[in-house]
Amino acid sequence: MGSTSAGIKDLCLTIALMALSVRKYSGFDLLIIFLSGLVLLFIVAPLLGMLLRTTPGQLFEVSGKPEVMHSIVLTLGVSFSATLVFAVAAVPFAYFLARRTFHGRRLVNGLVDLPIVIPHTAAGIAMLGFISRESVTGKAASLLGLELVGRPAGIALAMAFVSLPFLINAARDGFASVPVRYEKAALNLGASPFRVFITIALPLAWKQILSGLVLMFARGMSEFGAVVIVAYHPMVTPVLVYEWFGAYGLRYARPAAVLFMLIALAFFIVLRLLTHRRHHA
Amino acid sequence: MLEVRQLTRSFGDFSLQNISFTVERGDYFVILGLSGAGKSLLLELLAGLELPDSGQILLNGKDITREKIQRRPFGLVFQDLAIFPHLSVRANIAYSLNKREGKATAGQEKLTAITRDLGIRHLLDRRPETLSGGELQRVALARVLVHDPEILLLDEPLASIDVSLKAGIRSLLRKLHRNGQTIIHVTHDEEEAVSLAGKIAVIQDGAIIQQGTPGEVFSKPGSPFVARFAGHPNFFTPRLEADPESGKPLVRLSNALTINIPPTMLRGKICLIIDPAAIRLFAEKPPAGENVFQAMIREIYPSRQGLEILLDAGIPLLVKYPDAKLPEGIVREGDTVWAMIAGNGILCYQD
Repeated sequence: MGSTSAGIKDLCLTIALMALSVRKYSGFDLLIIFLSGLVLLFIVAPLLGMLLRTTPGQLFEVSGKPEVMHSIVLTLGVSFSATLVFAVAAVPFAYFLARRTFHGRRLVNGLVDLPIVIPHTAAGIAMLGFISRESVTGKAASLLGLELVGRPAGIALAMAFVSLPFLINAARDGFASVPVRYEKAALNLGASPFRVFITIALPLAWKQILSGLVLMFARGMSEFGAVVIVAYHPMVTPVLVYEWFGAYGLRYARPAAVLFMLIALAFFIVLRLLTHRRHHA
Repeated sequence: MLEVRQLTRSFGDFSLQNISFTVERGDYFVILGLSGAGKSLLLELLAGLELPDSGQILLNGKDITREKIQRRPFGLVFQDLAIFPHLSVRANIAYSLNKREGKATAGQEKLTAITRDLGIRHLLDRRPETLSGGELQRVALARVLVHDPEILLLDEPLASIDVSLKAGIRSLLRKLHRNGQTIIHVTHDEEEAVSLAGKIAVIQDGAIIQQGTPGEVFSKPGSPFVARFAGHPNFFTPRLEADPESGKPLVRLSNALTINIPPTMLRGKICLIIDPAAIRLFAEKPPAGENVFQAMIREIYPSRQGLEILLDAGIPLLVKYPDAKLPEGIVREGDTVWAMIAGNGILCYQD
């Protein structure tokens, strides 16, 4: 046993030394590179496989189906609106969490993370109970002429519920990274706290807030579990893909899944580029 | 007029204790102390960035101890300047002008006048990260001046600036003061304090230990700490005694060293300064004279003005030889020599 492990060690050492003599990498570097490659492959391979098994003809065909395009437009639109609407309250909330110390702050931070850790179907059930016509919220909404269950507004709430933590956490970290001195300097120059928030904290934390917005948007549009319970119809794309898979099988569902993935990816890349450019402008 | 009464604030294991002082309109008030003495915290209390545990801050008779930061008419220039990194120099300086003021000609004229006075008009469209330390300092100053502060609070304004630029900023500050600006300026640099201050408060370990005009503070320091700032290395606070034989006044600095004092009306504990240039050394015992004693040479080292010799006479005593020429026979560290203090080199006063 001892001699075996010593033999393996020697072998590793030899390989490492050989590698070193060829390139400037240590054995540990090579190990890390190997493991990194494995992880990357694990992420890319299934997606690439799905992509490669889908012909451009299939993609073209599926994109011609009105129900597919409708669901994609609905999904992107609802997630985008949910992100913007909730940002109005979530960003100031994140600022508050970053700047104030109060009793129970850790508890509040934990509550914010709750939607990430609970099963999303459970989140959906909870949300459905929250907005159903029998609930206080549902009654209040219908008094205002707003139907929630089975409507885009309900979908938006379900998406927001599971994706809000990504925005709040990113924005809170962003605000926390802004030195308080800048804000105190602005106050000293006579600015009101609101003006300090708008002109100092927000622009200086903007990059992280924007990346939080992108994350929330991306997470919201890909949500299946919570949304399917709140609203099977109108059908968001994840639900549509699931239905086609159940009814017609893998082959039939794949092109729609690929199309949605490509459009989401395009959106994601554009937004990332935008946040990047904003920062360097 | 700013009146600070018994201001106290604990901060971890550090505290400011019972800080009291008064700054009249138009004063140039310097707070002098080592780093960590609590100077910056004191400015933050004045500006409202921190709140005191107890004590009062009165501005023109009005209690502003707990007033909001944005309501206090103090312009604070932070030690690290805190120039907003995402705004241009112009936007930084114009920050305190609201939209209406910023567009109005009066606001623009003010901005123009101040930036011209500070010599930074050509920098207005630059980004802060492209500016040098001295330029940033002037931008920070311009930014608070645009807001017309009743009192300007400066936190070590010369600390991060090249020696070559210090004179320029100093004369700028003097000019501001001449134009009637009330200034409170904290620094660790006594030269800076002397060259600018109308009044000085010396702060040590969170407490003000002496205050007055630079002349009062530096010519008659009340503690070894202030004496060191004032450039008096041989400072003692002995008790005045009477010579048992002659009845003349004397002080006992150590077992080996008693010093006769010129006739005086003082009594009890006094402050005693011995001029290092008034101590002369001899290889042999000098024939006659007062205040002759034996001591050992601890160290001899060159200084900007000649030589300095550290004597051990039971207590450490510094001797200066401006011409860098020691008397014959005195060469080595460790030698025991004779020393004599000239009468005019002894200054004593009551604290």
